[in-house]
Amino acid sequence: MRDVAAGYGAVRVLHGVSIEVREGETVALLGTNGNGKSTLIKSIMGMLTPDAGEIYLESGGTRTDLTRRSTEEIVDLGIALVPEGRRLFPRLTVEENLLLGAYRPGARADIDRNLPFCFEAFPVLRERRRQLAGSMSGGEQQMLAVARALMSSPRILLVDEPSVGLAPILVTRVIAKIRELKERYQLTVLMAEQNFNQATKIADRGYIIVHGRIEFEGRTTAELRENELVKKYYLGV
Amino acid sequence: MKTRGALAVGVAVIGLGLALAGLGVNPYVYFAGYVVLQYVVIATAWNVLGGYAGYVNFGTPAFFALGAYTSIFLIEALRAPLPVLILSGGLVAALLGLGIGYLTLRLKGVFFSIATFALSVVLQTLIINWEYVGGAKGYTLIRPPVPFFRSWGVLLFTLMVALAVVTVLVARTIERSWIGRGLAALRDDEDAAECMGVPTLRLKLFATTLSGFFLGVAGAPFPYYVTYVEPSSAFDLNYAVNALAMPMIGGTTTWLGPVIGAVLLGTAQQVATVTISSELNLLIVGVVLVLFVVLAPEGLTGLVRKLRRR
Repeated sequence: MRDVAAGYGAVRVLHGVSIEVREGETVALLGTNGNGKSTLIKSIMGMLTPDAGEIYLESGGTRTDLTRRSTEEIVDLGIALVPEGRRLFPRLTVEENLLLGAYRPGARADIDRNLPFCFEAFPVLRERRRQLAGSMSGGEQQMLAVARALMSSPRILLVDEPSVGLAPILVTRVIAKIRELKERYQLTVLMAEQNFNQATKIADRGYIIVHGRIEFEGRTTAELRENELVKKYYLGV
Repeated sequence: MKTRGALAVGVAVIGLGLALAGLGVNPYVYFAGYVVLQYVVIATAWNVLGGYAGYVNFGTPAFFALGAYTSIFLIEALRAPLPVLILSGGLVAALLGLGIGYLTLRLKGVFFSIATFALSVVLQTLIINWEYVGGAKGYTLIRPPVPFFRSWGVLLFTLMVALAVVTVLVARTIERSWIGRGLAALRDDEDAAECMGVPTLRLKLFATTLSGFFLGVAGAPFPYYVTYVEPSSAFDLNYAVNALAMPMIGGTTTWLGPVIGAVLLGTAQQVATVTISSELNLLIVGVVLVLFVVLAPEGLTGLVRKLRRR
């Protein structure tokens, strides 16, 4: 995405943000609350139309502009979101939640393949397939949110704040699971996170976003760790 | 129960209706049966939007009356036959449904409900001031000689059996399709559904239009049934309350819920009308509804499901 400006009504949240995620990478988008991480993710998903700038997807030499596309088209292009706060369908069963991840007609054909995959990757979901999603624990719900996103056979997975509301041990597990799945399905991952330590465990590189601007681009996680902003915001140095 | 099985049951029910029509029992049975079946159509239609999609519509009288008054208009203007009336009543009400579908873009939850209620009031005012369809003094229909059947009561009863079967089958098909799944998703969390690429607006428009269509269909034969239609009877508050109470009593997430609710509550009201007074109907609904909201918030079907799970 290049020079993207976006916001809600008169409130401008993103000011000329440019980031790039290359195929097969895991990129972390770091920043504390209220700096525009979720707004950036929403802009990519077509849930928010940017005021300026462009968002595009390049694959096999063709370039697709995402800026004016609907969320439905963007999901069809192979981008899936694990939303912030999980946003499951609490009064539907685990299995129904998973099936809804494959709502797009293109994904329905692959349900017979993707559903067993999800159950294999997350055995707990198989056990609880008839249980209501809202009655599961936080960690299980986060796993379900990830599994649901995978049901659309995505190439790019956007993960918004997977650590919110989870105990540290569960965050570690979720993060490890995301890494495992990423390798297995050759996914490209963009993860928005405020938990610096957890995010850098699996990220290849990352951006730091402050007040709607990219303040630092770390080409490696080591570079991120050394950065002054990180020290200031996360490590309290 | 597979689709073919459901179709067979549907045909059997229509057959049963015809058999009952041929039986020639006390005419009041047909008269009361018509009302109960009409409520099966209304409750099922309401539930497509209110139960499956979670948008509570208080404007049922608007749709029902629109069906009835479309019939009156077409009888006045063209002497149109009954099948044409039913289809037209449905289509006009479907258009109104499409209109309130666009309301859902801005109004959710209780605000949507209030808007639909207001719609009913506005429409009633328009009808009251429209002389051509009878205005405030009402419209009297002189029924032509009855075709095929022994009496109009028997004909309309049989017709309602068929309409109820069709409505229920359509609702059941929707419930089990991807459309139903998408509606359940947006009922639970509309934003999350949006994230997953569920076309929420299109689904909502579909639900409001289809719900409107069948509510209109339920109202279209009404002039033939009562032969005298006035705005206050076509826009009766009873329709708004029953349309909501019946699915809630039966259970809103499945097609069976509204059917059970309509049969139970509709029959109870008919019995009360004969034995005590029709003024009691709203009271019955109120009491039963309070009981269910407290004791079985997911309705009878939800209660059965819960007991089975244990």
